[in-house]
Amino acid sequence: MPVETSAVLYLDGVDVSFDGFRALNGLSLVVEPGEMRAIIGPNGAGKTTMMDVVTGRTRPDSGTVLFAGVHDLSRLDEAAIAELGIGRKFQRPTVFEMHTVWDNLLLALKQRRSVFRCLTARTTAAERARLDEILGVTRLGDLRGLPAGILSHGQKQWLEIGMLLAQDPALLLVDEPVAGMTDSETEQTAMLLRDINRTRSVVVVEHDMSFVRALGVRVTVLHEGSVIAEGSLDAVSANERVVEVYLGR
Amino acid sequence: MVTRRLLVGWTGIAFLAVVVALAVLVPALNLGLPPSSRFHVPTHIVVLLGKWLCYALLAISLDLVWGYCGILSLGHGAFFALGGYAMGMYLMRQIGTRGVYGNPLLPDFMVFLNWKELPWYWYGFDQFWFAALMVMLVPGALAFLFGWFAFRSRVTGVYLSIITQALTYALLLAFFRNDMGFGGNNGLTDFREILGWGVREPGTRAALFVATCVALAGGFVAARAMVVSRLGLVLVAVRDAESRTRFLGWRVDRFKVFVFTASAVMAGIAGALYVPQVGIINPSEFAPTNSIEAVIWVAVGGRGTLVGAALGAVLVNGFKTWLTGAFPEVWLFALGALFVAVTLFLPKGILGTLGGRRRRPVPPTPTPAESRAAAE
Repeated sequence: MPVETSAVLYLDGVDVSFDGFRALNGLSLVVEPGEMRAIIGPNGAGKTTMMDVVTGRTRPDSGTVLFAGVHDLSRLDEAAIAELGIGRKFQRPTVFEMHTVWDNLLLALKQRRSVFRCLTARTTAAERARLDEILGVTRLGDLRGLPAGILSHGQKQWLEIGMLLAQDPALLLVDEPVAGMTDSETEQTAMLLRDINRTRSVVVVEHDMSFVRALGVRVTVLHEGSVIAEGSLDAVSANERVVEVYLGR
Repeated sequence: MVTRRLLVGWTGIAFLAVVVALAVLVPALNLGLPPSSRFHVPTHIVVLLGKWLCYALLAISLDLVWGYCGILSLGHGAFFALGGYAMGMYLMRQIGTRGVYGNPLLPDFMVFLNWKELPWYWYGFDQFWFAALMVMLVPGALAFLFGWFAFRSRVTGVYLSIITQALTYALLLAFFRNDMGFGGNNGLTDFREILGWGVREPGTRAALFVATCVALAGGFVAARAMVVSRLGLVLVAVRDAESRTRFLGWRVDRFKVFVFTASAVMAGIAGALYVPQVGIINPSEFAPTNSIEAVIWVAVGGRGTLVGAALGAVLVNGFKTWLTGAFPEVWLFALGALFVAVTLFLPKGILGTLGGRRRRPVPPTPTPAESRAAAE
């Protein structure tokens, strides 16, 4: 399946079914390098399944999934895909609750992840500097020594974004980053994502329309496992099919 | 600095001090004082303490996989017993012509079964260095193979525990068979010498006790070195959020295989030190209840503390020794009750509860609603 593509993420005709239920139905999606893309859709549209396919948790039944035009993601597992440079932020913030904020970031930091290196690894000055920088960006500097389990919901979301930054991925998949956040936290998150987007491609799955509007990026609408519309938020909001799906007619 | 982790904390220093004190005092009070002295430690107490310290090392090895990596092994007794058998085979071959049948090559049970030659897997066990190597290699290789298949297939949780239980039960049945060549249900016993010293001599017993203390201290420091390293961070991450760890790019299966193998080697060493002190190894050491008892020691002492695991092993076995003397038939009920009580009232175990109290209290986790209210 040689496909010539400049896209950072290329999905073509991807099918996934679970016990007869078709979660993805010929899904095709192209994200260009440096792009930020918002993905919206009603519950069960296949947004999370799409992320699972890209990050190696679910294997597609058929179709093409390419990263940077050369890596066939349908043949790799989670760890290999993460090492290639695809980071994922989950819907519910999942941080390592017993570890400190600092250790959470240290675990995420891009490094050689072999067993024997880990036995002897010491935190280098460069690593420290990078972690300090991320703590600054995510405003968690004062909390670095606290166990992540006692952070507030919003702080955990930010810590997870910080962990993504530490991973230094070329492509970020972000699942509902502002769920449960206050309005001011939501605004800050939009700013942070735009900032991140300067150097990386980002795919955001979100329900919150005001947040998607604040991002001001190209929007893809999913429904029943396929793309039904793509374009600016205003354009897709005017699309009859989208209105029908969202209003349930 | 937040990232500094001590190789051995205060609890660890206290633990090592106790082990060193035991290693010095127990043999000194046993060998140096006449039996009439008030402070004389009789030889059977030396043996009993030595046995408990072997269990303590087994408990530390189990805590390493369960407390730090969330692998609840209900079959760690298998690795202990395999280490024990490797040592037992060496001790059998040291008997030589002093056995009942006086065969210079074959152990008594083989002569009794009418075997004409030594099975190939008994070769080399007349050499101590070879036996010592096998003590570590056999449990380690089994754990590596088992872990390779189980962890790569992502078998976790209760399913993994059940397979480990099946593993030790399968070995129990196998070692019961006479044609396996390990002495059937009688196992290996009637040992005479270890490295040329009589195993029943008080001096040898004291030396074995000191060796056990050294192994326990060494095992503790090795386990501690692992858990304070970056590897330890990964292990705890796997324990608390395995799939998240994978999405960061960590090969979770490799870390699990490593720690499971290292732990099995440690358990094998504990078993090897146990056998010359108690003087017998038989298939009952593979009994599933032994492995479950080890889990209870760790739960009582405190998971994820290492020192607590060792403490739990000694306390529960002390209790067992007293109870099986006073009321032999109630031991299993008491053990069950102990497990229920610890789960209900002391879920962090003794050391986990004490350690938690000493540390600075942590503010309660605010709910999303609270943090929203606070931000407004």
